[in-house]
Amino acid sequence: MSSSTDSLDAADRQQRDWFGPVMDTVLSDKRAVVGAAVIGSIIVLAVFAPYLAPTEPQTTYDLLEPPNSHSEGDFDLDGTTEEIWHPLGTDSQGKDILTELIYGARISLLVAFATVGFALLVGTTIGMLAGYYRGWIDSLLMRYIDLQWAFPEIVLAVAIIAVAGGIGVVPVIIAIGFGFVDDFARLVRSEVLKTREEAYVTAARAVGMRPRRVMFREILPNVTGTILVQITLLIPIAILWEAGLSFIGMGVSPSTPTWGLLLADGRQFLHEAWWISVLPGLAILVTVLSFTLFGEGLREAFDVSEREVHDR
Amino acid sequence: MKQHALARLGQSAILVWLVSTIVFFWVRLLPGGPFQTMFGQQANPQVIKNMATEFGLNQPLYMQYLNWMSDLVLLDGGRSITSGEKVTSILLQAAPKSISIAVLGAVIGLSLAFPAAIISATHKDRLPDIVSTIIAYIGLSMPGFFIGILLALIFGVYLGWLPVFGYTPLSEGVIPWLKSVALPAAAVGLPYGAVVMRITRSSLIDTLNAPYLRTARAKGVGSRVRLYKHALQNALIPIVTIAGIQFGIIVVGTVTVEFVFGINALGRLLVESILQRNYPVTQGVIILIAVMMILINIIVDLTYTVLDPQISYDSEARS
Repeated sequence: MSSSTDSLDAADRQQRDWFGPVMDTVLSDKRAVVGAAVIGSIIVLAVFAPYLAPTEPQTTYDLLEPPNSHSEGDFDLDGTTEEIWHPLGTDSQGKDILTELIYGARISLLVAFATVGFALLVGTTIGMLAGYYRGWIDSLLMRYIDLQWAFPEIVLAVAIIAVAGGIGVVPVIIAIGFGFVDDFARLVRSEVLKTREEAYVTAARAVGMRPRRVMFREILPNVTGTILVQITLLIPIAILWEAGLSFIGMGVSPSTPTWGLLLADGRQFLHEAWWISVLPGLAILVTVLSFTLFGEGLREAFDVSEREVHDR
Repeated sequence: MKQHALARLGQSAILVWLVSTIVFFWVRLLPGGPFQTMFGQQANPQVIKNMATEFGLNQPLYMQYLNWMSDLVLLDGGRSITSGEKVTSILLQAAPKSISIAVLGAVIGLSLAFPAAIISATHKDRLPDIVSTIIAYIGLSMPGFFIGILLALIFGVYLGWLPVFGYTPLSEGVIPWLKSVALPAAAVGLPYGAVVMRITRSSLIDTLNAPYLRTARAKGVGSRVRLYKHALQNALIPIVTIAGIQFGIIVVGTVTVEFVFGINALGRLLVESILQRNYPVTQGVIILIAVMMILINIIVDLTYTVLDPQISYDSEARS
């Protein structure tokens, strides 16, 4: 018994050895390094938003101030007048845009990570079961994928949010994540189908390993790379989705600052204040681009072909 | 071929039926009915009852479903609960706007993507390739509605060349129509073009490295013939697949871009009808979108047979 555990551990260690070479390849890819650096700074901004944002998120100043302007007045109600610098201007309610962008990063990243996490969990499980047991789970999954084609993801997302009865973080996460479930399910399923008849899987089954262990310890490690790549390539798409839903008023909440909401506000003041819509748009562009570049670097490092993963 | 087309049509009919059934029960799952949303909490129960009778919403669910299904077969989607207008005529008003934006968007996207991809692939890792790859990356990192706002700022607010609000129907002339849809179409077409450009580029590069092209070169086939006749034709199949699959980007784009340009097309209709619990309109919009997606899928499939004579749907029942 103990000898078989030893050899399994050895196999585990060997499987973990991919980490070094992959890191080397990613680090030698300039695009990926730049992407990772930008992602890192955005995460820091989001996590430490209350300390890094120049103003309080709910305080309002002069309306529609252009970038690099100042508001004068008693904003902290202490009886003295102060001058507040707005490096990126203020919006139609007088909120500081830099502050809103920093707080908006929180929602964007939270929704993106949670969405992909949700899809990963559900999709991997479904794909695993479908590939391993075949039968009705498999045919149900395949029919579902056929059906999803006829429901463009935006229809699906709006539908889920509507049924959830109102707006909030969780409905948005499920609404976007739902559209990604099939990406993971398909990916895992095809890998399981490829490996389930391999000698080492049959062997694992023959020594009496339980199905769950075979699936997660023997088969799943084969797809780790592809799954990681898929995760990094879906995060930017999730960010675009969240912004889009916010923009059409079906996002997290009308009172939470998000990039999409700020863009929608700016749309109404296109003639007076271009910065309200352009700056959050640039924030989306930079974030999405960084994740895409990092994901592409990972994709090359893991040698995953473009056809295997869903990207834009 | 004919048999295959018929089989596809049958499958599609089943798919449309499935979509309509799901939508029918889904809208009725939404919290709050249409009249509560319309009149609020203090509504007179008698009024609500009368309205429900008028729209047949007081019948048992299976009766509502059967009635609706039998109407649907006759292409009758019922009447809007809020305005009493026929759903078919509402859709006929909204659909041309969405279709104009989507089709023109696809044309703009593809007509930028193909030349850019060909230049990129034939100049791999040189300046033209680097420039167009960077542009493509930026294009696919921007949501359509943001591109729309940028275009509106540049061409509408700053230059004043094109309208930034509203839609002019084709019946009022080609030029006014084109002017009103040019910016929204470009906004949905550019991210789509960026995606298609990247796929086309890598597909072309793969093909250009294939042994048969080296043979063609060795026997002295000119570079232009090699590119357009030998390489491009073979690279087209994955490209058509992606161009079809990614058409979803255009659909999503049109839904959000409508809000930028204040055009009341299918996207707004969908969001508004859901918020108002206007069941017949929601059902109509979703079924229409589903039918369009299925049609695109069929067109993509049939394009394969034209592109590659080896693919024929005669012998096998399913591809």
